Amino acid sequence: MWLFDEIVKFHITELEGQVNHMKYSYYPGCTLKTKAKELDRYGRLSAAKLGAELEEIENWQCCGAVYPQAEDEIATKLSAVRTLDAAKQKDQELVTLCSACHHVLKRVNDDMKNNEYVRTRANNYLKLDVPYEGETSVIHYLEMLRDRIGFDTLKAAVVNPLKGVKIAAYYGCLLLRPSGVMAFDDPENPTIIEDFIKAIGATPIKYSQRNECCGGYIAMEDKGAAQKRVDVILSSAKNAGADLIITACPLCMYNLDANATESVLPVKYFTELLADALGVKEED
Amino acid sequence: MSLTNTVTAEDLIRISGVDPSKCMQCGKCSGACPSYDEMEYHPHQFVAMVRKGQIEKLMASDAIYQCLSCFACLERCPRNVEPAKLIEAVRVAVIRQQGMNHMTANDIPEKLDEKLPQQAIVSAMRKYSK
Ligand code: SF4
Ligand code: SF4
Ligand code: SF4
Ligand code: SF4
Repeated sequence: MWLFDEIVKFHITELEGQVNHMKYSYYPGCTLKTKAKELDRYGRLSAAKLGAELEEIENWQCCGAVYPQAEDEIATKLSAVRTLDAAKQKDQELVTLCSACHHVLKRVNDDMKNNEYVRTRANNYLKLDVPYEGETSVIHYLEMLRDRIGFDTLKAAVVNPLKGVKIAAYYGCLLLRPSGVMAFDDPENPTIIEDFIKAIGATPIKYSQRNECCGGYIAMEDKGAAQKRVDVILSSAKNAGADLIITACPLCMYNLDANATESVLPVKYFTELLADALGVKEED
Repeated sequence: MSLTNTVTAEDLIRISGVDPSKCMQCGKCSGACPSYDEMEYHPHQFVAMVRKGQIEKLMASDAIYQCLSCFACLERCPRNVEPAKLIEAVRVAVIRQQGMNHMTANDIPEKLDEKLPQQAIVSAMRKYSK
């Protein structure tokens, strides 16, 4: 009897462990609060449907949108460290959705873990009760789908499979590179978004430009240069037979849409298709 | 522009954390660069020129604003030289100088369009000004 109780107790704690695991800290970022509201809204609706609870970090600040590569940049990394520490306080993994936020948070986290210079100085500025040393695990929403929920579970939850829709996955730069830090997928031959597309019942279309840069960062500096990149990407996807392109990045979304001069393909957030497939798109 | 003279190769090496002597000038980074046609100097040239101490030319070149920070050069370099970091270090060395901001808040309104996401503005300010 004693043994039985112990076993039951053990299983209960284990189960609780799993349930807890489905609660995440969530960092939406400023663009998702304004120009990319759909990316956020459909992401939340879909996560809820899949049993993942996204708890928004309180009083988060903009991450700054670009990772400061200079070794001696400390101040510009602090808002990211505050976000990372907030997730640590709740003992939760940190889920991101905007590719740019994800990139910044993941790389600053890596600095806090592995770069002594940055870690010491950032902690000196922040004066936290306990220094932050890169403890938080940062995962992108797509990684949550793949590695925590599982594409099989997702597939089983789909009520409205997007049969026959040919979708080109646009990875761009920020999710994949540098692969040593991002550890998102194979940087030259990623499959996560194609696997996602299959899970929601649609057909992935591969094309050569899917992991090349769209030039979004230069859109304000040199529109012509951005247009050139966008045309190359869109025609590559179109020639491969795609009906539409999906992305996780509001800047890519804007750029692929606003700076296309030739072949135009609809661009959507992956969360919109996810919500559609899960039958939660019209809720809210 | 007289201040330009004060930036040395050692400064750039320190700011970037890049060791240009690891480079074997294979050109793979430049072959991968989506901004190749737009850049006066290409990623492998940045590495070679820092090595040779030709800093002024780099600091005066528009190439530092044409880099897309896509990290293709960094990812594909067989020697892990990370040219993107060196290019950013040159840009940072320029905009840290007084009055050398490449873009300021006053430049933003004329560039705005209705759909432009915050992230484009925030990132442009961060990349082009101090
Ligand atoms: S990356 Fe963009 S959307 Fe994300 S928080 Fe930073 S600026 Fe805002
Ligand atoms: S240009 Fe597009 S793909 Fe490249 S980093 Fe920027 S948003 Fe990402
Ligand atoms: S790829 Fe690396 S080793 Fe080759 S030229 Fe570029 S920086 Fe040098
Ligand atoms: S990071 Fe800059 S230099 Fe390197 S490949 Fe991209 S655009 Fe070219």
